[in-house]
Amino acid sequence: MTTIINVPHSLEDKSFEQVLDQVAPLPLDEKIIVDTRHARWASPYGLTALLALAQSRAERPVLYVPEAENVSTYWSRMDFFKHAAELYELQGRVRSTKAAETSVLLEVTSISKSDDVHDVVDKIQQRAQDALVKNLNLDAKITMRFTMALSEVCQNIVEHAGRGGWVAVQTYTWRVRLGGRKVVVIAVCDPGIGFRQSLESAPGFQKRERWDDGQALEETVMRGASRFRDPGRGQGLAGVRKFVGTWDGKLSIRSGTARIAVLPKGDWDEDEPLLEDLSYFPGAQVQITIPERVA
Amino acid sequence: MINHIDVSSMLRKSVCELYSNLVTRPTGAAVRCEIEQELDRIGDRALTVIDFSHVGLLDFSCADEIVAKLLLQYVSLDAPRREVYFVFRGISESHMDAIEAVLERHKLALVTQHADGASRLIGIVDVDERRAWEIISQLGAGVSADVADATGLSHDEAERMLDILWRRRLVIRHDSAYVAVGSATAPVEPVRLDA
Repeated sequence: MTTIINVPHSLEDKSFEQVLDQVAPLPLDEKIIVDTRHARWASPYGLTALLALAQSRAERPVLYVPEAENVSTYWSRMDFFKHAAELYELQGRVRSTKAAETSVLLEVTSISKSDDVHDVVDKIQQRAQDALVKNLNLDAKITMRFTMALSEVCQNIVEHAGRGGWVAVQTYTWRVRLGGRKVVVIAVCDPGIGFRQSLESAPGFQKRERWDDGQALEETVMRGASRFRDPGRGQGLAGVRKFVGTWDGKLSIRSGTARIAVLPKGDWDEDEPLLEDLSYFPGAQVQITIPERVA
Repeated sequence: MINHIDVSSMLRKSVCELYSNLVTRPTGAAVRCEIEQELDRIGDRALTVIDFSHVGLLDFSCADEIVAKLLLQYVSLDAPRREVYFVFRGISESHMDAIEAVLERHKLALVTQHADGASRLIGIVDVDERRAWEIISQLGAGVSADVADATGLSHDEAERMLDILWRRRLVIRHDSAYVAVGSATAPVEPVRLDA
């Protein structure tokens, strides 16, 4: 049996839940066709999550590529199809391009080992200064901190996921609120063991009365818990939280059936701090959003 | 001797010739091992400048591996590995974010030295310890009586404070006198601690 998974026109962190609602009930070895033909836009989260979705399936899925030329071209520029071809059977016309995309700070990039994190950091430093300082009017101090945050979230894959994942970084206009505002977004998605299973692997771990993905996210993100006994562990996400708070940004992490968000102080986004009972998706999906500075 | 360790060179030597950023835990661990080997060659009593001037980015994981774990081996109230003192140079504002976070996490402290030669004590230090360090630092060198006079602490208390700072390797002890770690790195010519 084959099931067609309809991908929403606009694919980002929230609308990706519609994809997961369709996929989660299916057996892992059931063939799926991921239909992006009518997609009009995808955020870095949408693209990296689509790759993680394919990794999570036992049976190689089919991907119907977007029909709109500008969408297909853009996904090519993001290097999405380069990686998707390894994970999906691609069906439809993939339009390639050599033109650079100025809004892209980092194309979809595979992360599976420490050297990949070095490569990502080296690559983004060259592009981040212009994008963050000139385009988003942010203080020059942000560039190094932004790269530190990127490094830390990528390292979560290497240290905890148990398998490879994906990162992408882009600037675009956030249209959640009227008027929109430019943002820079880091998305890091993997289909690995996720936060709960990672904590459960800690030596001497004992389950509490209430123990689920939401608890595991709270422990890790809000209280710096780690599966390692080394007291130096768990500082990376604490540092990312601090970075996001300093720049009025937003951090959201989805793992298993829950999603936790560290919300901005400003009014540019409305979201719930913790969502539970979501459709199951393995691994961890992280999104960091930093808005432009407005007077 | 005052020794100088360029962290960027250690990175290139131990991990990759092309890297200039200190990111990821394995990288930090490799650089720390290289620094430890360097320290092994130096001897049991030494003052070492750890220089970050040519390091681009330092993330939390690397700061934990290089700064915190290095200090934890050589700085302890109980039994420090050897009498090695550190001064950290070339620390940028972004390096400081990561370093302060790991010092706080492990309740450690260190001395940084700025381009103008001024030293600063950062990390977790209580008010009396900081005051004692600042007095010795201002004097260049001093004894417990100097700290007692300046702070109003008893001589015993001032001596205890300086002993704690010495065990934390924030001051160098010469017989009954103390030198603040940052002050001792001002000379350009090598100075033997055990002269």
